[in-house]
Amino acid sequence: MALHTLAVLVENSPGVLARVASLFSRRGYNIDSLAVGPTENPKVSRMTIVLNLEGHALDQVNAQLFKLVNVIGISEMKPTNSIQRELLLVKVANNSKSLEMVKKFGAKYSESNGVLEVEAVGERAQIEKFLSELESVGIKELVQSGVVAMETGATTLADRTLTTLGTANQSSGDNSTADYQN
Amino acid sequence: MSQKITGAQSLVKALEQTGVEVMFGIPGGAILPAYDPIYDSKIRHILVRHEQGAGHAATGYAQVTGKVGVCIATSGPGATNLVTPLADAQMDSVPIVAITGQVPGPAIGTDAFQEADIRGVTMPITKHNYLITNPDDIPNAIAEAFYIASTGRPGPVLVDIAKDALQMQTNFNYPKNVKLAGYNPVSAPDKNLVNQAAQLIAQSKKPVFYVGGGIIKANASAELMQLAQLVNAPVVTTLMARGAFPDSHPLHLGMPGMHGTVAAVTALQKADLLITLGARFDDRVTGKLSSFATKAKVIHADIDPAEIGKNRHADVPLIGDLKLTLKALIPSVQTEFAKNKADISAWLNEVNSWRQRFPLGFDEPADGSLSPQYVIKRIGEISGPDAIIAAGVGQHQMWASQFINYEKPRTWLNSGGLGTMGYAVPAAMGAKVGAPNQTVWAIDGDGCFQMTNQELVTCALNNIPIKVAVINNESLGMVRQWQTLFYNQRYSNTDLHSKRVPDFKLLAEAMGCVGMRCEKKSDVDKTIAAAMAINDRPVVVDFNVHRDAMVWPMVAAGTSNDEITVARSMAPVWDSQEL
Repeated sequence: MALHTLAVLVENSPGVLARVASLFSRRGYNIDSLAVGPTENPKVSRMTIVLNLEGHALDQVNAQLFKLVNVIGISEMKPTNSIQRELLLVKVANNSKSLEMVKKFGAKYSESNGVLEVEAVGERAQIEKFLSELESVGIKELVQSGVVAMETGATTLADRTLTTLGTANQSSGDNSTADYQN
Repeated sequence: MSQKITGAQSLVKALEQTGVEVMFGIPGGAILPAYDPIYDSKIRHILVRHEQGAGHAATGYAQVTGKVGVCIATSGPGATNLVTPLADAQMDSVPIVAITGQVPGPAIGTDAFQEADIRGVTMPITKHNYLITNPDDIPNAIAEAFYIASTGRPGPVLVDIAKDALQMQTNFNYPKNVKLAGYNPVSAPDKNLVNQAAQLIAQSKKPVFYVGGGIIKANASAELMQLAQLVNAPVVTTLMARGAFPDSHPLHLGMPGMHGTVAAVTALQKADLLITLGARFDDRVTGKLSSFATKAKVIHADIDPAEIGKNRHADVPLIGDLKLTLKALIPSVQTEFAKNKADISAWLNEVNSWRQRFPLGFDEPADGSLSPQYVIKRIGEISGPDAIIAAGVGQHQMWASQFINYEKPRTWLNSGGLGTMGYAVPAAMGAKVGAPNQTVWAIDGDGCFQMTNQELVTCALNNIPIKVAVINNESLGMVRQWQTLFYNQRYSNTDLHSKRVPDFKLLAEAMGCVGMRCEKKSDVDKTIAAAMAINDRPVVVDFNVHRDAMVWPMVAAGTSNDEITVARSMAPVWDSQEL
């Protein structure tokens, strides 16, 4: 089992999140995190899905996901060629030990009524390590955003997956809508 | 500026423009606005007696004609009654469009009267679905629904329309062509992969064509025949593919799988190459997957990329329309054969010897009662190769697949994937509407028949003269067979008593059909002939058959195909060199 991060462009239509969730639930795919938000194109939303999978199962996930009519494009975000970040909001006891940890990580924080409100952004592994440290001082409340990811460099996901937008009824021998088919 | 019309008028206009000729449905509160313009439409609306009947009728119509079948229902229970046929069509890749009324937009989410979130309910059992609350969206949704249902891997699409959207005023704008960002079915396969497939075929000493329902969907039977004759390799047709390749052809070994022929099952098991065409390595075909065709390389041609590698690794995947795939593969194979072709004559001899030694057969019951297999066999023989057979699910379905020879595509309808008891009567109704000049038989069990026989009323009132053979063994026969084999003959809740209650002959007559009964072998032919002679009304024949007849051969669920039995606890007797 290994974690894979998928960036998925979907039509911004009602029910699209339910479709993806329903598919993953029905096929027994193990979602580690899922984050959804708008994109530069108001008709398109972007999901970042982190999955825990066997290597070859990824092809099957991609193929099943791509069968959803509202899914426009899928690309795996590899650690080597993408920025992957997670936002952590956490409340911990305000004491010298916790303050030291927070400063060491370089997280933003504010103090109020005996607690430290901490805001940390980082790669998944960094955030996990930070969290495990904070556990020793007592976590009172914890929120995580799930990973969001973007490929590095000039090429955008839309460049690679939206080239057929508006001409979808033409046959495509070039498989331009799906990275996994290439 | 076009004239304003209601959403309901827009819906019916869109359906007309899409080319819909017939739809099966039942009105109700939320869909009622649509039924007003339907009253004036040239589209034939057939008023069914249960929405499930509408759904399976749409499927039967689609299976026979290759067109999109249409069913229509109201919100809530009307829509949920379509769930089974939608799931059925999804499993068997049948292009149908279901139109449902929904409670008015402002009432959605309030648990209003007859509200059900049918879009949510049907998400996992449709190819796609819509909830329309704006009347301006109706023509586009209809055009898209038909496009999605009928292209790529066909499947069911549901369009749920809020009642107020049907009532509001709108302009009718039917799209010239459908544009979908996220739906782009692949058509032609990759040329290099086609050549690789051709090379594997030329090298193979033990090839088998593993043919699935996709061949029928793609209307590719002629191309299959061409390729099969070129390669001269044995062909097996799955339950969904019966008729894709003529049963009378010398290369045809019959059906593989749990109740397949010994030759078909064994040929797949011992092959060195599976030329898989529109089949999906279903568990009923493969048996225990890890022991399935372990020595075979796999060419897997399918229009759905998600089928590649889902159950079995494909050495050469060919993603695309099967007709185009075969058209590309044939010249490529010819080129390879010109260079070299492995000798497969020993393989053909071996396969033929299995076929000769282990033919399909059945024993006549010792007590002189009627054999169900004999009845079914005679229906096929008397009706001929143009008759359409729609089966229910269970023993009679397997016998109808085994003992009727199918020579042409779209003459065999059944619920293969979902295994929907009750499919036969409404599917036969839809088939007869789609092919009014062909004889249509529903071969049903007494259990199945009691699930959906109310559609015979629809048939009687709408001049849809189907014929129904109830293979009445007064039990849930397939379940009883499993109880015989795996549950120490403890027949828990499988005795239907249906030789006493209901009286199928009287029931048929009550529904406006001709009712007949047949209890003796000597009466079978004349009863079938009498049923064949009636074409102004539906006919139901209650064939009282022996209840302990079993379906053989059999590979028990979850076991290896190598463990096929030809009768109870009886493995085929192999020559020593075959083991």
